[in-house]
Amino acid sequence: MELYPRQYLYLRTVRAKLFIDENFGSNIDLDKIADEACFSKFHFARLFRSIYGSTPHQYLTHVRIERSKEYLADGQTVAFVCYKVGFDSLSSFTGLFKRRTGLTPRQYQVDRLNFKEAVAAKPLHHIPGCFAEKKGWKSK
Amino acid sequence: MITKMNHVSIFVLDQESAFDFYVNKLGFKVNTDAEMGPGKRWLTVNPPDQPDLEITLMLIDDGMMFDKDSSAKMRELVKAGTFGFGVFQCDDLKATYEELKAKGVEFSKPPTEEFYGYEALFKDDSGNWFSLGQKK
Repeated sequence: MELYPRQYLYLRTVRAKLFIDENFGSNIDLDKIADEACFSKFHFARLFRSIYGSTPHQYLTHVRIERSKEYLADGQTVAFVCYKVGFDSLSSFTGLFKRRTGLTPRQYQVDRLNFKEAVAAKPLHHIPGCFAEKKGWKSK
Repeated sequence: MITKMNHVSIFVLDQESAFDFYVNKLGFKVNTDAEMGPGKRWLTVNPPDQPDLEITLMLIDDGMMFDKDSSAKMRELVKAGTFGFGVFQCDDLKATYEELKAKGVEFSKPPTEEFYGYEALFKDDSGNWFSLGQKK
Protein backbone atom coordinates (compact mmCIF):
# COMPACT_ATOMS: atom_id res chain seq x y z
CA MET A 1 0.00 0.00 0.00
CA GLU A 2 1.30 3.47 -0.86
CA LEU A 3 1.95 5.68 2.15
CA TYR A 4 1.39 8.86 0.19
CA PRO A 5 -0.70 9.61 -2.86
CA ARG A 6 1.18 9.89 -6.15
CA GLN A 7 0.31 13.58 -6.53
CA TYR A 8 2.04 14.38 -3.23
CA LEU A 9 5.23 12.62 -4.31
CA TYR A 10 5.07 14.30 -7.71
CA LEU A 11 4.78 17.78 -6.18
CA ARG A 12 7.50 16.95 -3.66
CA THR A 13 9.80 16.00 -6.53
CA VAL A 14 9.09 19.28 -8.33
CA ARG A 15 9.90 21.12 -5.10
CA ALA A 16 13.13 19.14 -4.79
CA LYS A 17 14.09 20.32 -8.29
CA LEU A 18 13.35 23.92 -7.29
CA PHE A 19 15.41 23.39 -4.14
CA ILE A 20 18.37 22.30 -6.28
CA ASP A 21 17.85 25.34 -8.57
CA GLU A 22 18.09 27.66 -5.58
CA ASN A 23 20.72 25.91 -3.47
CA PHE A 24 23.10 24.47 -6.09
CA GLY A 25 26.02 26.39 -4.57
CA SER A 26 25.64 24.76 -1.16
CA ASN A 27 26.74 21.35 -0.09
CA ILE A 28 23.42 19.74 -1.02
CA ASP A 29 22.82 16.29 0.40
CA LEU A 30 20.54 14.66 -2.15
CA ASP A 31 19.87 11.74 0.20
CA LYS A 32 18.55 14.24 2.71
CA ILE A 33 16.13 15.65 0.17
CA ALA A 34 14.66 12.17 -0.29
CA ASP A 35 14.46 11.74 3.49
CA GLU A 36 12.65 15.05 3.90
CA ALA A 37 10.24 14.09 1.15
CA CYS A 38 9.49 10.94 3.16
CA PHE A 39 10.11 8.48 0.39
CA SER A 40 12.93 6.13 -0.43
CA LYS A 41 16.06 7.37 -2.19
CA PHE A 42 15.47 4.86 -4.95
CA HIS A 43 11.86 5.91 -5.48
CA PHE A 44 12.84 9.59 -5.38
CA ALA A 45 15.61 9.14 -7.97
CA ARG A 46 13.31 7.10 -10.21
CA LEU A 47 10.49 9.66 -10.07
CA PHE A 48 12.93 12.54 -10.59
CA ARG A 49 14.36 10.82 -13.63
CA SER A 50 10.93 10.14 -15.09
CA ILE A 51 10.07 13.86 -14.84
CA TYR A 52 13.38 15.51 -15.69
CA GLY A 53 15.21 12.86 -17.69
CA SER A 54 18.18 12.69 -15.33
CA THR A 55 18.94 11.62 -11.78
CA PRO A 56 18.93 14.31 -9.05
CA HIS A 57 22.72 14.15 -8.95
CA GLN A 58 23.07 14.53 -12.73
CA TYR A 59 20.64 17.44 -12.62
CA LEU A 60 22.57 19.14 -9.81
CA THR A 61 25.75 18.86 -11.86
CA HIS A 62 23.93 20.28 -14.89
CA VAL A 63 22.70 23.29 -12.91
CA ARG A 64 26.17 23.90 -11.47
CA ILE A 65 27.79 23.86 -14.92
CA GLU A 66 25.10 26.12 -16.42
CA ARG A 67 25.42 28.62 -13.57
CA SER A 68 29.19 28.53 -13.79
CA LYS A 69 28.87 29.61 -17.44
CA GLU A 70 26.94 32.70 -16.35
CA TYR A 71 29.50 33.65 -13.70
CA LEU A 72 32.36 33.07 -16.13
CA ALA A 73 30.63 35.23 -18.74
CA ASP A 74 30.41 37.98 -16.11
CA GLY A 75 34.21 37.89 -15.78
CA GLN A 76 34.55 36.15 -12.38
CA THR A 77 37.74 34.17 -11.81
CA VAL A 78 37.65 30.42 -12.47
CA ALA A 79 38.52 29.65 -8.82
CA PHE A 80 35.74 31.93 -7.54
CA VAL A 81 33.21 30.36 -9.90
CA CYS A 82 34.28 26.83 -9.00
CA TYR A 83 33.52 27.28 -5.30
CA LYS A 84 30.54 29.58 -5.89
CA VAL A 85 28.65 26.86 -7.76
CA GLY A 86 29.43 24.22 -5.18
CA PHE A 87 32.48 22.30 -6.44
CA ASP A 88 35.12 21.35 -3.87
CA SER A 89 38.05 21.04 -6.22
CA LEU A 90 39.28 23.18 -9.07
CA SER A 91 40.57 20.21 -11.03
CA SER A 92 37.27 18.30 -10.86
CA PHE A 93 35.37 21.45 -11.91
CA THR A 94 37.72 22.15 -14.81
CA GLY A 95 37.66 18.51 -15.98
CA LEU A 96 33.89 18.24 -15.81
CA PHE A 97 33.40 21.61 -17.49
CA LYS A 98 35.63 20.57 -20.37
CA ARG A 99 33.87 17.24 -20.78
CA ARG A 100 30.49 19.00 -20.92
CA THR A 101 31.35 21.99 -23.11
CA GLY A 102 34.50 20.99 -24.99
CA LEU A 103 36.28 24.05 -23.56
CA THR A 104 38.12 24.78 -20.35
CA PRO A 105 36.39 27.32 -18.10
CA ARG A 106 39.01 29.91 -19.04
CA GLN A 107 38.59 29.27 -22.79
CA TYR A 108 34.82 29.54 -22.39
CA GLN A 109 35.25 32.79 -20.49
CA VAL A 110 37.54 34.31 -23.13
CA ASP A 111 35.00 33.38 -25.84
CA ARG A 112 32.10 34.96 -23.97
CA LEU A 113 34.02 38.11 -23.02
CA ASN A 114 35.18 38.51 -26.63
CA PHE A 115 31.58 38.17 -27.79
CA LYS A 116 30.39 40.78 -25.27
CA GLU A 117 33.17 43.14 -26.33
CA ALA A 118 32.26 42.65 -29.98
CA VAL A 119 28.59 43.39 -29.24
CA ALA A 120 29.51 46.52 -27.27
CA ALA A 121 31.96 47.75 -29.94
CA LYS A 122 29.82 47.02 -32.99
CA PRO A 123 26.24 46.29 -31.88
CA LEU A 124 24.84 46.70 -35.37
CA HIS A 125 26.79 43.60 -36.43
CA HIS A 126 24.48 41.63 -34.14
CA ILE A 127 21.12 43.21 -34.93
CA PRO A 128 19.11 42.41 -38.07
CA GLY A 129 19.35 45.49 -40.30
CA CYS A 130 15.61 45.90 -40.74
CA PHE A 131 15.07 46.28 -37.00
CA ALA A 132 18.07 48.60 -36.59
CA GLU A 133 16.66 50.77 -39.34
CA LYS A 134 13.12 50.79 -37.91
CA LYS A 135 14.54 51.72 -34.53
CA GLY A 136 16.54 54.57 -36.06
CA TRP A 137 19.87 53.08 -34.95
CA LYS A 138 21.35 52.65 -38.42
CA SER A 139 21.65 56.34 -39.19
CA LYS A 140 23.59 57.13 -35.99
CA MET B 1 14.58 28.16 -49.92
CA ILE B 2 13.86 29.28 -46.37
CA THR B 3 15.43 26.88 -43.89
CA LYS B 4 14.87 28.32 -40.43
CA MET B 5 13.52 31.15 -38.33
CA ASN B 6 16.25 32.66 -36.19
CA HIS B 7 14.66 35.83 -34.80
CA VAL B 8 11.17 36.43 -33.50
CA SER B 9 9.91 39.49 -31.60
CA ILE B 10 7.79 39.75 -28.49
CA PHE B 11 6.58 43.27 -27.68
CA VAL B 12 7.05 44.09 -24.00
CA LEU B 13 6.17 47.00 -21.71
CA ASP B 14 9.43 47.01 -19.74
CA GLN B 15 12.66 45.28 -20.78
CA GLU B 16 14.12 44.94 -17.29
CA SER B 17 10.97 43.26 -16.02
CA ALA B 18 10.84 41.11 -19.19
CA PHE B 19 14.48 40.11 -18.57
CA ASP B 20 13.53 38.93 -15.08
CA PHE B 21 10.50 37.04 -16.39
CA TYR B 22 12.13 35.28 -19.34
CA VAL B 23 15.54 34.63 -17.76
CA ASN B 24 14.85 34.13 -14.06
CA LYS B 25 11.38 32.62 -14.23
CA LEU B 26 11.22 30.79 -17.58
CA GLY B 27 14.93 29.91 -17.50
CA PHE B 28 15.81 31.30 -20.94
CA LYS B 29 19.41 32.24 -21.75
CA VAL B 30 20.52 35.75 -22.62
CA ASN B 31 21.87 35.82 -26.17
CA THR B 32 22.56 39.48 -26.96
CA ASP B 33 22.18 42.45 -24.63
CA ALA B 34 23.36 45.64 -26.30
CA GLU B 35 23.03 49.20 -25.06
CA MET B 36 21.95 51.32 -28.05
CA GLY B 37 21.86 54.72 -26.36
CA PRO B 38 20.03 56.15 -23.36
CA GLY B 39 16.98 54.00 -22.68
CA LYS B 40 17.52 51.97 -25.86
CA ARG B 41 18.43 48.33 -25.63
CA TRP B 42 18.58 45.35 -27.98
CA LEU B 43 17.82 42.31 -25.85
CA THR B 44 17.43 38.76 -27.13
CA VAL B 45 17.03 35.46 -25.28
CA ASN B 46 17.08 31.79 -26.30
CA PRO B 47 14.87 28.97 -25.04
CA PRO B 48 17.31 26.59 -23.26
CA ASP B 49 17.42 23.97 -26.03
CA GLN B 50 17.25 26.41 -28.97
CA PRO B 51 20.45 28.45 -29.08
CA ASP B 52 19.80 29.43 -32.69
CA LEU B 53 16.40 31.03 -32.07
CA GLU B 54 16.69 34.56 -30.70
CA ILE B 55 13.56 35.92 -29.10
CA THR B 56 13.80 39.70 -29.19
CA LEU B 57 12.23 41.38 -26.17
CA MET B 58 11.19 44.49 -28.04
CA LEU B 59 10.24 47.51 -25.97
CA ILE B 60 7.13 49.33 -27.12
CA ASP B 61 8.29 52.93 -27.12
CA ASP B 62 7.85 56.07 -29.17
CA GLY B 63 10.28 56.27 -32.06
CA MET B 64 10.57 55.26 -35.66
CA MET B 65 8.98 51.87 -35.14
CA PHE B 66 5.89 53.26 -33.42
CA ASP B 67 4.61 56.82 -33.46
CA LYS B 68 3.28 58.13 -30.15
CA ASP B 69 -0.32 57.17 -30.89
CA SER B 70 0.51 53.66 -32.10
CA SER B 71 2.81 53.09 -29.16
CA ALA B 72 0.07 54.03 -26.66
CA LYS B 73 -2.46 51.80 -28.46
CA MET B 74 0.01 48.93 -28.64
CA ARG B 75 0.77 49.15 -24.93
CA GLU B 76 -2.94 49.02 -24.12
CA LEU B 77 -3.49 46.03 -26.41
CA VAL B 78 -0.56 44.12 -24.92
CA LYS B 79 -1.70 44.89 -21.36
CA ALA B 80 -5.19 43.68 -22.23
CA GLY B 81 -3.80 40.29 -23.27
CA THR B 82 -4.65 40.68 -26.97
CA PHE B 83 -1.57 38.94 -28.33
CA GLY B 84 -0.62 35.29 -28.23
CA PHE B 85 2.91 35.02 -29.60
CA GLY B 86 3.49 31.30 -29.78
CA VAL B 87 3.66 27.84 -28.32
CA PHE B 88 6.44 26.65 -26.04
CA GLN B 89 7.18 23.01 -25.52
CA CYS B 90 8.27 21.02 -22.48
CA ASP B 91 8.81 17.35 -21.62
CA ASP B 92 6.55 17.22 -18.59
CA LEU B 93 3.77 19.79 -18.58
CA LYS B 94 2.47 19.10 -15.08
CA ALA B 95 5.91 19.50 -13.53
CA THR B 96 6.67 22.63 -15.56
CA TYR B 97 3.28 24.07 -14.63
CA GLU B 98 3.89 23.48 -10.91
CA GLU B 99 7.41 24.88 -11.17
CA LEU B 100 6.39 28.07 -13.00
CA LYS B 101 3.42 28.57 -10.72
CA ALA B 102 5.77 28.37 -7.74
CA LYS B 103 7.86 31.10 -9.38
CA GLY B 104 4.81 33.36 -9.69
CA VAL B 105 3.92 32.80 -13.34
CA GLU B 106 0.21 33.40 -13.94
CA PHE B 107 -1.70 30.67 -15.78
CA SER B 108 -5.08 31.21 -17.41
CA LYS B 109 -5.51 27.52 -18.23
CA PRO B 110 -4.13 24.61 -16.18
CA PRO B 111 -2.71 21.52 -17.93
CA THR B 112 -5.54 20.10 -20.00
CA GLU B 113 -5.71 17.16 -22.36
CA GLU B 114 -6.36 18.18 -25.97
CA PHE B 115 -6.52 16.14 -29.19
CA TYR B 116 -2.84 16.74 -29.97
CA GLY B 117 -1.39 16.56 -26.49
CA TYR B 118 -1.50 18.50 -23.23
CA GLU B 119 -1.74 22.26 -23.03
CA ALA B 120 -1.65 25.08 -20.49
CA LEU B 121 -1.77 28.85 -21.07
CA PHE B 122 0.29 31.44 -19.25
CA LYS B 123 0.92 35.17 -19.45
CA ASP B 124 4.20 37.01 -19.41
CA ASP B 125 4.84 40.07 -17.23
CA SER B 126 3.51 42.39 -19.97
CA GLY B 127 0.28 40.52 -20.70
CA ASN B 128 1.30 38.48 -23.76
CA TRP B 129 -0.06 34.95 -23.56
CA PHE B 130 1.57 31.70 -24.60
CA SER B 131 0.57 28.13 -24.95
CA LEU B 132 2.76 25.62 -23.16
CA GLY B 133 2.48 22.14 -24.55
CA GLN B 134 3.55 18.57 -24.12
CA LYS B 135 3.20 16.16 -27.02
CA LYS B 136 1.36 12.89 -26.47
